[in-house]
Amino acid sequence: MIVFDRVSKRYPNGREGLSNASLRIEEGEMVFLTGRSGAGKSTVLKLISLLERPTRGTVVVGGKNTGSLASRHIPAFRRRIGIVFQDHKLLTERPVFDNVALPLVVAGTPLKEIDKRVRAALDQVGLLGKERALPLELSVGEQQRVGIARAVVSKPPLLIADEPTGNLDPDLAVEVMRLFKRFQEVGVTIVVATHDVHLVRELGLREIVLDHGHVQGTENDPLAGMVATR
Amino acid sequence: MSLGLTSYGARHVQAFLGSLGRLARNPFSTFLTLIVIALALALPLGLELFVTNARIATGGFANAIDLSVYFKADVPLAKAEQLAKSARARPGIAQIDVISADAALAEFRAYSGFGAALGVLSANPLPHVLHVHPASDAESAASLEALRRYFAAWPEVDLVQIDAQWVSRFNAILEVLRRLLIIAAAILGAGVIAVIGNTIRLEILNRRGEIEVTKIVGGSNGFVRRPFLYAGILYGLGGALLAWGIAASAIGMLAAPVAALARTYGSRYALIGPTAQELGILIAGGVILGWLGAWLSATRHLRSIEPRA
Repeated sequence: MIVFDRVSKRYPNGREGLSNASLRIEEGEMVFLTGRSGAGKSTVLKLISLLERPTRGTVVVGGKNTGSLASRHIPAFRRRIGIVFQDHKLLTERPVFDNVALPLVVAGTPLKEIDKRVRAALDQVGLLGKERALPLELSVGEQQRVGIARAVVSKPPLLIADEPTGNLDPDLAVEVMRLFKRFQEVGVTIVVATHDVHLVRELGLREIVLDHGHVQGTENDPLAGMVATR
Repeated sequence: MSLGLTSYGARHVQAFLGSLGRLARNPFSTFLTLIVIALALALPLGLELFVTNARIATGGFANAIDLSVYFKADVPLAKAEQLAKSARARPGIAQIDVISADAALAEFRAYSGFGAALGVLSANPLPHVLHVHPASDAESAASLEALRRYFAAWPEVDLVQIDAQWVSRFNAILEVLRRLLIIAAAILGAGVIAVIGNTIRLEILNRRGEIEVTKIVGGSNGFVRRPFLYAGILYGLGGALLAWGIAASAIGMLAAPVAALARTYGSRYALIGPTAQELGILIAGGVILGWLGAWLSATRHLRSIEPRA
């Protein structure tokens, strides 16, 4: 599903976000990116979602080389990826329904279909009945779940999350991770960047460790480790 | 296919209603913007109406170039009519009206305001006159000169006057006004583009976060731009309708005094408002300028907003 081959990313300010990193994430897998802040976790996610392009090396997502994808194809590319942000990135002056519906509206989904799928997504995150609420009327945990509903409403094959539990207390964090696990069980590939190592270990899933832009190795998966150290 | 078209249409309807709703939620600032646009559109419309009305009020004579042939005072009416009859056979003449001295005096008495003073005259001092309208293919300076010579050669004729100079002056004034209209329309049109462009720019900056999120979830530039284009179109349309309202009330206020003025010239002229064609140009112009201003602004400023996670 995702292949990084000797990828480097240098930002305009000269900071090296990623150095010669190779990694591979299979379809249907749920993987954690861990490491200290600044280790390159966010850079990996930005390169996957084409918020950035690699300086060197190739990034292939869903069979598409992001380095050579024309700008006009980026919107269609992003519609196949659900993104969850630490700060939710919700539209605060729009009700929950509008926020969750946005990816469907953007894709030109018929209105009836939008109604049905938004309710289904809100049901999955346990927020059915909150359609008309404004995001700021909800708790932080609920806001994060609205963000997750928006990420999955168009049923993308790939879901990426950047520190989705960063602002949540431990109980809510576990709940959010369980939610991701349920999406993985229905076939969605999931990549979660987090510094919450304890939570990752508890779930016992593969972990790609980053340090100063380098892939340090992986836990629970010798194959990916070989790729990473190649 | 039809499903695709329907949802494409639905997306446009959505964007249109969204833009309309956004304008309606800020009625005061929307109204201020509309006023500025309306004034910029109303000025060229007013000039256009002025030129049209001036042209129609002065009627035929703005285009017609006449010759007035004055007979000597002792030439009898019968002779004048006989000469007119023979002149009518000449090519290059569309029409000849014989105005007898009596008719001229009666008209002068009625319209000049000297009615009482004329009463003390013992005899009619006016000569008989021929009003000659040249045929439309004989209005060049050379053929007019030929006509003048033809009438001047008659021994009964005292004076031949070509009423052309003031006509060409009047036409020149109208032409200046029409040029002025085009210049004003161009300058104010650019002003409308600037006003709408700036309004849209502020709107884009206000909604920066929303635009970023929309792009993150896969909204194309076209999708993001669409509501702003509709907002521009609505501004242009609203401004044009308001300009129509301004012009209509100006005409309403001027109608009575203009009619009174026209009566003093013995005319029943009444001001005419914008024609369907002029309204069409006004509204289409407003819509196009609004769309263009929004397009320029949106294309320029949306490019700078790229999502940064």
